[in-house]
Amino acid sequence: MIISRQKPFETILAALGDSRSVFIVGCAKCATVCKSGGEEEVWQMQEALTSAGREVTGSIIIDEACHMLRVSRDLRSKQQMVDDADALLVMACGAGIQSVSAAIPGKTLAALDSMFLGNIKRFGHFEQKCSLCGDCILTETAGICPVTACSKGLLNGPCGGMDEGRCETDPEVECAWAQIFVRMKESGDTLSLLNPSPPKNYSKVPKPGKLKLSK
Amino acid sequence: MTTTPTNLELKLARDEFVLTAEVCPPKGIDCSEFIKWSKGLSGVVDAINVTDNQGANMRISPLAASLILLREGVEPVFQVTCRDRNRLALQSDLLGAAALGIRNILVLTGDHISFGDHKEGKAVFDLDSIQLLDTLKVLEGGFDLSGKELAGIPSFFAGAAAAPEAEPFELTLYKLRKKAAAGAKFFQTQAVFRPEKMARFSEATAPIGIKVITGVLLLKSAAMARYINNNIPGLRVPDEIIAELEQAANPAETGVEIACRLAKALKPYSDGIHIMAMGREEVIPEIAQALK
Repeated sequence: MIISRQKPFETILAALGDSRSVFIVGCAKCATVCKSGGEEEVWQMQEALTSAGREVTGSIIIDEACHMLRVSRDLRSKQQMVDDADALLVMACGAGIQSVSAAIPGKTLAALDSMFLGNIKRFGHFEQKCSLCGDCILTETAGICPVTACSKGLLNGPCGGMDEGRCETDPEVECAWAQIFVRMKESGDTLSLLNPSPPKNYSKVPKPGKLKLSK
Repeated sequence: MTTTPTNLELKLARDEFVLTAEVCPPKGIDCSEFIKWSKGLSGVVDAINVTDNQGANMRISPLAASLILLREGVEPVFQVTCRDRNRLALQSDLLGAAALGIRNILVLTGDHISFGDHKEGKAVFDLDSIQLLDTLKVLEGGFDLSGKELAGIPSFFAGAAAAPEAEPFELTLYKLRKKAAAGAKFFQTQAVFRPEKMARFSEATAPIGIKVITGVLLLKSAAMARYINNNIPGLRVPDEIIAELEQAANPAETGVEIACRLAKALKPYSDGIHIMAMGREEVIPEIAQALK
């Protein structure tokens, strides 16, 4: 799931500038779970904007704002409200915001910052486990991703800043390689820690990423 | 493109005890102090480590600073971290070093960017220390990482870092073995405060057959020791040393005594001592004297 959080309201208001009327778009998937762009947050945004003297022409919660065709279709169903608005405020991840900007020629504003692909640890508690690097090495690293869990993304063991199995950047954070070491020890496979990992091949996923399935 | 062994390399090869020291190059272009201290130490130490944006604080390029030392007749150890350069820039700088006659290279991961004065920057870590050591070997083989042939073949005397006190030690040992396998000829260690941990390190690394230059850090006050514990990755000054500095009438002097005592205690487990004087380079001769 894409983890996102709302920008400060003052930032959103400043970005609106002279746009007096706003149509709000939320997302029923990730932004709902992150409580950054679900039904409740869209409603709160509507209240806040109205109190700040802006007119809200309408709103919609799209079931997966990253789905470009669906966004196009759903916005068409609210054509009048969308047309009446000076700006569209999107409370979805960067992918969702761009589904909207691709569908509508007018002013599209981001209400959220997209942060990472996250696991849900428990309600309202998210952690990044995967960096979407396109070259998965979890098979070799005991199921723990050092590209993500190591603050430096090191592939060949801990750096010199590790101590007591903790990361140099934050003593609360476990060193990725200490975690991998514990897992490997449990399975009696620590010798694989001696295998050197070659430099990562960043050409595997050129930017911007693209995938077209063959029929 | 010198392949003449460096002084450091020759002495280690002859099993002579070596002394190295770290001197931080300036933030700016005025290298006069840097040269003054380095030249002053050149008769005392065998080589001077030129740090690479140490602690992620931006300073003059260590390649430039290493060349400045070399021109002044001081032997540099060019420190290269993986934090600020990708594989192209690292190879370029290494070729540049070799062409300028800089052979001693200390390969490091690099402190995290969040410790320094450019916290908002993007850290690179395109390669890690093992991959960078391997890169040196590839370049020495006459090719670059993409397999293209080099015009003129560089030659390096490569070392790596070690953290003898870090736990779990068994985990760090795997990485040290990998560093040796990747071509590191010597370790310059993080500052060591507990000689008993160095005994363990020495015993465990003996089969690797790599030279060990043990780090000694010069402290000047209890406040400095606490600052280091809170702000410098990989360094942990034990409570008893902090207490000793706290109770000292002249903490700066006591700091020198502690450094001399540690250097002597660590000598039996080491092929050399690496002194990190933290801006008090003037006392390095005193520590060197204590080792005689």
